[in-house]
Amino acid sequence: MVVSDLAIDVRGLRKSYGAVEAVRGIDFAVARGEVFGLLGPNGAGKTSTVEILEGYRQRSGGDVTVLGKDPARRERDLRARMGIVLQSSGIYRHLSVRETLTHWARIYPAPREVEEVIALAGLESKAAERTRRLSGGQLRRLDFALALIGDPELIFLDEPTTGFDPAARRAAWETVRALRGLGKTILLTTHYLDEAEALADRVAIIKDGRILVEGRPDELGGEGTTGRYRVSYVERGETVARETDDPTALLNELTSAALARGERLERLRVTQPSLEDVYLELTADEQVGDADADRDQAVVGG
Amino acid sequence: MASALNLTWHQYRLERRMFWRNPVAAFFNFVLPLLFLAFFGAVFSANQRNLDIIVPGIAGMSVMSTTFVALAFNTTFLREQGVLKRIRGTPMPESSYLGALALSAVTNTVLQIGIVTVAGRFAFGTGWPRDWGALIVFVALGVACFAALGVALSHAIPNFESAAVYVNVIFLPMLFVSGTVYDATKEPLFLRDLADALPLKHLIDGLSGAMVKGQGLTANGTALAVLAVWTALAIALAVRGFSWEARRG
Ligand SMILES: Nc1ncnc2c1ncn2[C@@H]1O[C@H](COP(=O)(O)OP(=O)(O)O)[C@@H](O)[C@H]1O
Ligand SMILES: [Mg+2]
Repeated sequence: MVVSDLAIDVRGLRKSYGAVEAVRGIDFAVARGEVFGLLGPNGAGKTSTVEILEGYRQRSGGDVTVLGKDPARRERDLRARMGIVLQSSGIYRHLSVRETLTHWARIYPAPREVEEVIALAGLESKAAERTRRLSGGQLRRLDFALALIGDPELIFLDEPTTGFDPAARRAAWETVRALRGLGKTILLTTHYLDEAEALADRVAIIKDGRILVEGRPDELGGEGTTGRYRVSYVERGETVARETDDPTALLNELTSAALARGERLERLRVTQPSLEDVYLELTADEQVGDADADRDQAVVGG
Repeated sequence: MASALNLTWHQYRLERRMFWRNPVAAFFNFVLPLLFLAFFGAVFSANQRNLDIIVPGIAGMSVMSTTFVALAFNTTFLREQGVLKRIRGTPMPESSYLGALALSAVTNTVLQIGIVTVAGRFAFGTGWPRDWGALIVFVALGVACFAALGVALSHAIPNFESAAVYVNVIFLPMLFVSGTVYDATKEPLFLRDLADALPLKHLIDGLSGAMVKGQGLTANGTALAVLAVWTALAIALAVRGFSWEARRG
């Protein structure tokens, strides 16, 4: 990949807060036009990473390049080329959606049309409404709209749908897909597996400040990475599962033993691990303590 | 890209529009000193000496409420809500944004001083200010001092819910000891010492000299000096502790 094709290049990035090492030397690169997902549980270091790239926080070590520049220098020109959706941030309560966007458009050198952005974010029916009357999902759409108004090349989305109901999540996903359709580069963080799977061209799973695996969502779960199969069946009411590189041999072994005993292998299945399995396995200890809601979400789209 | 100055202007216009749309802010920043003026004006209506005290006193209170109180509240709120952080992620220069907030506060100060001055002339018999130059200097210094103190205080306020406590614990006692509505020289000694150490009394002395007594700057040199020291200290505190993000907690 040629350097100039990269929207984001991260090498050996570290971030410490006092004694807490939030990011412990990570590398990844995002090509222009790509949707890259940082997937990981709470506290993994996603926000720390993204906010360093956005220029909000100073890194403790490593090199980062965003659109060819060092974000820590906070150049006005760089800020004009990126759009930011923070994990949470407020907005002027006493302005309407349209007024807010009109003002924001003035801040950028070559903004998009206000009405076009309102439509893109799905806020047509709320354009004249004061922002304090918007619902959580509508406010998030306004976040998207504000990140878009400057017509950025690169958009950061930090947990864009956390706390959303399913309908609002789908709507947000549609917006992200629309942005991708416009050729924008997107860096997305999420702790929802199905979200990474649905939106990202490439995913890096991050935990305890380290990237564990990286690749296309279908690759991460399928052959390529683990090349493993899982053979499972039910024996005396209990599920037995075994992993193998060679399911043919294992099946032969299991079935002949069962036949010899005159038994049947109930619910015999051969499966390949999905991204979900990889994620749950890699982040296993975290999942036990994590909020149940998060776990449910992770399983939804699996 | 619009110039930094241009953006300051746009942001300023927006701040003004939002100010008038927020009745609570408009009340506390604006109507309260005028209510004080009307109330004490009525109480003291028979006594010109007292009226001569409350007109500059309320003018001083106006400076403090439009800058110190307003900015302590606003900065805390905008920081806690994440508006400051969001602005900082745009190409708007930080100085344009903060400049617009300050200009908006100063606009309120000027409007209030204007109203108090007109009321002094037509309702309270204090006449037009005797020394406009001194008035402008003291108002400007008072604005700088109390605006910076408001921003500095916001660094210490842990969350918006508790902002009213922090602000009023400073604002109200300072108001009372500093002779806003009575002659501070008649206070017990320890209160007088306290008032002398704080900036508001000196601002009121300067305003009184300019508006009522016809004294120039030199006659209130001490007041000017104390205010200047407070201003320098306040600006240092406001700048040093400034944060665009709420503390984690
Ligand atoms: N400003 C901060 N000060 C101190 N510790 C922090 C700060 N921000 C994050 N951390 C810590 O760093 C770790 C990673 O946090 P974060 O980057 O927010 O992860 P994520 O976004 O994946 O949930 C956590 O242990 C968190 O408590
Ligand atoms: Mg986060």
